[in-house]
Amino acid sequence: MTLLDVQSIKADFPIFNKKMRNDARLVYLDSGATSHKPLQVLNAEREFYTLHNAAVHRGSHLLAEEASAAYEGAREKVAHFLGAAADDVVFTKSATESLNLLAYSFSNTNRGQFALAAGDEILVSEMEHHANLIPWQQLAKRTGAKLRWFGTTTEGRLDLSNIDELITERTKIVAITHQSNVLGTVNPVTDIARKAHACGAIVVLDACQSAPHFEIDVNSLGVDFLAFSGHKALAPTGVGVLWGRAELLAEMEPFLFGGSMIESVTMEAATWAPAPRKFEAGVPNMAQAVGLGAAVEYLTSIGMEKIHAHEKALTEHALQGLQNISGLTLIGPQSTIDRGGVLSFSLEEIHPHDVGQVLDQYGIAVRTGHHCAWPLMRKFGVSGTTRASFYIYNDLADVDALIDGIAATKKYFKVL
Amino acid sequence: MELDSLYQEVILDHYKRPHHKGLMADASKQVVQVHHVNPSCGDEVTLNLVVSDDRVEEISWDGVGCSISQASTSIMSDLVQGRTLTQAFEVLDSFSELMASKGTVVGDEGLLEDAVALAGVSKFPARVKCALLGWMAFKDAALQGKEGEKS
Repeated sequence: MTLLDVQSIKADFPIFNKKMRNDARLVYLDSGATSHKPLQVLNAEREFYTLHNAAVHRGSHLLAEEASAAYEGAREKVAHFLGAAADDVVFTKSATESLNLLAYSFSNTNRGQFALAAGDEILVSEMEHHANLIPWQQLAKRTGAKLRWFGTTTEGRLDLSNIDELITERTKIVAITHQSNVLGTVNPVTDIARKAHACGAIVVLDACQSAPHFEIDVNSLGVDFLAFSGHKALAPTGVGVLWGRAELLAEMEPFLFGGSMIESVTMEAATWAPAPRKFEAGVPNMAQAVGLGAAVEYLTSIGMEKIHAHEKALTEHALQGLQNISGLTLIGPQSTIDRGGVLSFSLEEIHPHDVGQVLDQYGIAVRTGHHCAWPLMRKFGVSGTTRASFYIYNDLADVDALIDGIAATKKYFKVL
Repeated sequence: MELDSLYQEVILDHYKRPHHKGLMADASKQVVQVHHVNPSCGDEVTLNLVVSDDRVEEISWDGVGCSISQASTSIMSDLVQGRTLTQAFEVLDSFSELMASKGTVVGDEGLLEDAVALAGVSKFPARVKCALLGWMAFKDAALQGKEGEKS
């Protein structure tokens, strides 16, 4: 097994010094919702405020110069992390904003490939997070386009059996998740993108659950846009990323208008700065972007391949443990093939809230509920699940704590 | 264990054998039906209420949810069945106050009966909305019923 040195990683994360209920140690299995932040990130953010704070891209003083350099430096780090060019990386406040930026930008135009109308189709999947579903639902509503979707197989894979019916000349946008935040399924993005491009569609990838966990290279993925959030990747909240192909970003209309995003303004009209500036109206979340720069640097210093191998080993161990628990139903792929470290399950008749509550007594933090993927819950006939998700600071002992915690939960609710 | 203050035996009993669960289907009666969801967790309750002469003649419900929401709805149904709306709202107000107390109030057992077992829930902020789901559905249905009578 190729595990990371979790003890030394944990030393970078002050939160693990905290005592949980009943003096238990923190077993944090909710990184799919948000990750914890290492000192390197917290220090970068603090250093920005204590040494360089100024509004970026304006002002003629030293601090403005330093702040701009720090902010643009963060953009370069993120670009490097994605195998992209810095000018193709837009900072947003969240992945949700990145996806809304696209959906609104597309409806701010009535020409070219972004313009949608009745007869056009937008394709998503049943396993999308609400953030990669509702913006497209609404875009369809605004433009008269039709929303269609890939189904999910009982194993929790994308149902691609009708892909040729779903991706056609009518398809204008394919927006899909790289890794399901509920099932852990990693989707065959490159294959889907190839088909979509053959029909002239734009491909949008929700990489919230993938970019923090395994190596991403935007060129080999073959997609046109990619969104992820900083806070799931060791960075502060308040910063997200939208990467787009240069030629598409150049063509797109802005979504938010205001300061910084302009080239020239008169009382009657305005023209736009080139990307990425045209998509970054207002003073951005500078310190958070700098924190994200430090975060991707931290991840790169560990190595994304090693992180992926580590999480795979944890997932393997967890799958074995969970599959041996009677009454437990794992929803999603049953092996580590094309799946990440996100495990959702039902436990007999015990409601996920009640499972989460008992686990909390042992310091184990999991997510319970519908995981912002309500259609998927309906598909699997559950109101919600309990979800454990892994990251670099988890080890085999955390997985064992989960397994023991589930046994304790069953025992506690023996009356059921 | 702290957990025992949340999951009292009486709560687990109501969860296992909920009262008034299963929607009544008496077409001859004037039924107000409401459907409430807890958007953060997906729990749902559908509640049927028959009020005559300002009195809860019949209450029934169905739904999916955690032990707290299911038990609380069961207990609430027992408490309001047969009561006048004024009495029922007095119980509801007392219960809402208990849930908002953050563990500082034990609850009026004379008024709240089994519902005092839910006092521990108020120490777990994330679970208060579970305990209130059925009660809010009842409140909604009762107010809608009143509106209907006026019009």
